[in-house]
Amino acid sequence: MERSRFSLGCESIAHSALGSSEIARQLSRSRREFLRDAAGVALGTALMSASPFVRAESARKKRKVIVITFGGGARDQETFAPEGQENIPRLLHELAPQSSFFTHVTNQGILGHYVATASLATGVYETLNNFSAVPPGHPTVFEYFRKDLKRPSSDAWVVAPSNGFNRIGESECRPYGPGQGARVILPKHLLSAATTGSITDYEHLLRDNYETPLYAPQIAGSEVELQQLEMILKLSVDDFTSHARTLSSPDELSVFIAKRLMQEEAPSLLWITMHDIDIAHSGAYSLYVDAIRRTDRLCADLWKAVQANPEYAGNTTLFILPDFGRDSDYDAGGNGFQHHRTGDAASRTTWMMALGTGVRQGVVYDDPMQSIDLVPSLGAIMGFSPNQSQGKPIRELL
Amino acid sequence: MLPRDLKPEHFAAYPAQAKALMIAHLDAIRELPLSFLPSLLREAIEYDFKFPAERSAIERELANISSLSHSQSIEWFHGFTQLSLSPALERSDWINLPAQFVEQEAAYLWSTHQLDAFRKAASEYGLRLAAAARPDPIPIRRWGIAIIGQGAPPYEGVLFRNLRKHGTYFGRVKPDNGLALLLSAANERAKLHPAPYAHWYVDGGQSAEHSSALTCVSYKELEPTRAVLLNYIQTEIKRPGMGPEELRTHLAKLTPADLGLSGDPVLGRFQVKLLTEGSGTQIFSTTFAQWTAREALRRAEALTLVVRFAPRQKQRPMNELLSNASSKIELDYVGSLIDADMGSYYHWINQQRLPGFEQSSFLVWLEGQSQAIAIAPSLPRGAESNSEIDVAKLISLVVG
Repeated sequence: MERSRFSLGCESIAHSALGSSEIARQLSRSRREFLRDAAGVALGTALMSASPFVRAESARKKRKVIVITFGGGARDQETFAPEGQENIPRLLHELAPQSSFFTHVTNQGILGHYVATASLATGVYETLNNFSAVPPGHPTVFEYFRKDLKRPSSDAWVVAPSNGFNRIGESECRPYGPGQGARVILPKHLLSAATTGSITDYEHLLRDNYETPLYAPQIAGSEVELQQLEMILKLSVDDFTSHARTLSSPDELSVFIAKRLMQEEAPSLLWITMHDIDIAHSGAYSLYVDAIRRTDRLCADLWKAVQANPEYAGNTTLFILPDFGRDSDYDAGGNGFQHHRTGDAASRTTWMMALGTGVRQGVVYDDPMQSIDLVPSLGAIMGFSPNQSQGKPIRELL
Repeated sequence: MLPRDLKPEHFAAYPAQAKALMIAHLDAIRELPLSFLPSLLREAIEYDFKFPAERSAIERELANISSLSHSQSIEWFHGFTQLSLSPALERSDWINLPAQFVEQEAAYLWSTHQLDAFRKAASEYGLRLAAAARPDPIPIRRWGIAIIGQGAPPYEGVLFRNLRKHGTYFGRVKPDNGLALLLSAANERAKLHPAPYAHWYVDGGQSAEHSSALTCVSYKELEPTRAVLLNYIQTEIKRPGMGPEELRTHLAKLTPADLGLSGDPVLGRFQVKLLTEGSGTQIFSTTFAQWTAREALRRAEALTLVVRFAPRQKQRPMNELLSNASSKIELDYVGSLIDADMGSYYHWINQQRLPGFEQSSFLVWLEGQSQAIAIAPSLPRGAESNSEIDVAKLISLVVG
């Protein structure tokens, strides 16, 4: 092994005998093999002939889509590799057998959570400042969805952590832009507003921004958040804070809010950004693994809630994907699981799971796709045209 | 400004030895592309406060660059010259603020999708340099020792999962006097092969009794320094306009004196960087120990490195951890053991990145208990020993 002086800010050099593309292919093949062994799924290329999607307009009108970003990025060795499978029992044994699993999703953009999530939501590799509360530079999936399908603002929601994500719902691009996108709910702001002056019992739910642990901006809630609580979620402050006391992490709070939104607003497009796994930036491996296990449970719980909700059962497609991976143990410039800064193959290569309505069950696809392909795929499924997206629809989903 | 315009007076603000070094190689560094040079200056500007291994590496690299013909120089740096940088980067004070330049360059390369090209150029350069400017052979086989699980209850899970295939697992270690024996063995090596910053003892808690022949860094002893730093951070983040990048720039300017450290200036700077550049080192002792081990190997190329992990505080909200306000700290013993188990794996990986890795040895011991794993050229890989063994015998097996 070699070591390198180079560390560009946070980037580094992997002195590997293999090129990045070959490492990415190996990661993809490994995921396929692990899934086949653990979840009994089939290889998708043999099943490409008939599309399971129903294309009728009436079906599209009822179609609901939920996207979960798998909180902060997790590596194969803690998830889909044999040694990691104990951390994701629900994804592996409950969701994977029902899903189309894409083993080779690459993110060619900037590996910061806000900018990468914005890229996922626009279908363009955004270049905005990861740590600024600025809107995405291109129209979001929510704007395309609402404008093309003439949907009200109540039909597209984002549940997100607070690091700048309050602007993720819409761009400033004409003819889209302000007022045309998703409504954004920030559960931590909500809780902060609801517990003004007495947050002692809730501090564990207000953890913020692991990406820059030295800089944790204060979270402040406001009247607007309290209105959301009472008018939209139909929750009294007392009920909300009582329930919050029973939760153990910010992502649990997010899923609680998401379920409440499903119950009260039943949005057709719901986007949930998980964040707990990013505690990895603190360098504590045990906390990172605990967060993966929690996220695994929360994804399965949310899918269960979909099945139990008459507005969603039978007409919902769920997408679960990390915004990107994390650094390999073997990249000399990184520090393994702790960050996602090297730009190596492990940090750029992830996976996506799609399940529910219109999705083939128990199938694995190896063909490379990019994270920016999600938006055009959602457009094709739901019937809108993301014309500024630079990705392309995933043919296996059409 | 571009490298070709460099003059000796441009290095006036550099510390004395760094300035002399730059001026001695001025003709050669004028030939270097701007996409490359500041990363070299970032190291060179700190030359006066670097460890001997780092100084040697900088000297070898500069000597190699100076030895290249014009055509060789073009060939070596071709990948870097293909990168385009912004006029703002060219105008920045990359001579005196090379670290800030490199950060801004990184952001620019990410945003212009040139990062992969940079990685490729740097990788090729690194391989060429490693082949052309080989370091001297090391005087003894490198030895890493990780002591994990201080105070942990008996653990039900599997330890050393990542390391087992590389060495021999011992399940019946007699723990008596183990810590003292390991520190004594490290001390013996330091006495037999004395060299500055070559033999280290890192403790994630309060350091145990040890010889002054070992360079020691401990989390507990840096407690006042950490408190000053966390107060500084709290003050800074309340300033209007302060954001993560601005804070990082401010932290990069802190000196040992700013944080109340005195004594050895080289070690002092090293400790400041551990706390200002390491993520999580300020709040979790396990992260501190792991990161310190990484940096002691990467920078000082330690020949002997004892790392003893200690229990870290339980997770609390980040704001609370950073405020350092709570009077009663609860410890997470099992979580810390898992952190340390992974930390010891990273210790070994970082050791294997250094020259002589084929002959190096490594030992991880679950402190006060009966499990250990030993890696050495003489020991079988992926093996298990069920024989009872004491720590002294274990040491002799690894480095005997």
